[in-house]
Amino acid sequence: MSDFFAMGGYALFVWSAYGLCALVVLWNALSARTLHRAALADARRRLSSAAP
Amino acid sequence: MANFTWFYRLASPPTSYAAAGRLWLWFAVPAVLLIAVGLYGGLVSAPADYQQGDAFRIIYVHAPSAWLSLLGYSVLGVSAGIGLIWRMKLAHALAAAVAPIGASFTFLCLVTGSLWGRPMWGAYWAWDARLTSELILLFMYLGYLALRSSFDDVSRADRASAVLALVGLVNVPIIHFSVNWWNSLHQGSTVLRVGGPAMPASMLVPLLESFLGFTLLFAALSCVRLRAEILMRERRPTWLQDGLTVSASHE
Repeated sequence: MSDFFAMGGYALFVWSAYGLCALVVLWNALSARTLHRAALADARRRLSSAAP
Repeated sequence: MANFTWFYRLASPPTSYAAAGRLWLWFAVPAVLLIAVGLYGGLVSAPADYQQGDAFRIIYVHAPSAWLSLLGYSVLGVSAGIGLIWRMKLAHALAAAVAPIGASFTFLCLVTGSLWGRPMWGAYWAWDARLTSELILLFMYLGYLALRSSFDDVSRADRASAVLALVGLVNVPIIHFSVNWWNSLHQGSTVLRVGGPAMPASMLVPLLESFLGFTLLFAALSCVRLRAEILMRERRPTWLQDGLTVSASHE
């Protein structure tokens, strides 16, 4: 098991690359969701304020 | 005569908004599964490379992110062009939706490449044709996003940034062929090459799973961002109140 984490001496490089990948994927998922929610709330506000 | 009414229907905001809302999960679920299987295979099942040892495992995140950086810019440039020529709002919305995704994977591609370069080449960076053209791609993305954010009006931002996106499209084939055109430090194609992939199946299969998984992830993220971009371009989206988009309230 510790062999696996050691990555043949390249642990720093391999795990940094995979860790960063996880962060980029996470940022993408969260930012897309936040953007859609904000746009939806904004659109609803426009609709209700313009309602007769 | 061909009948294009389906195309116009798809391009209408309520239809495309609802379609993207139904599609994204169909992309996201297999994306997560394939990325998990592919990265597990790359980290655990695939044998260490006989020259590069375990450092080669970085390829399972580096190569798919490089692919997404080019796919993202191709979608960005082509849809910006369509938006500019045919004044199609949906195309502009798609261009704006994919830009941040593509930029983030271009960044990931550059950093993972440099994390591989340090132990393998002895340097984090080299002013090599492939690396330099990929860095220019990141600047094209950032320039596009910065230009957009300088406008308050979405439709003016769309038109101005579309011109920039089109110009940057030239860079895409340059990046792809850079390893053939110039004497590059970066290795040539391993998978899509004459004579078939230069990799055993135990290394290749996880890589292909990873490629497919990240491509589907890109599609899922594009759908969600596209929905937001469609809403931003609607002055009064009265169709939001229809039963058609009831699913939107769950998100």
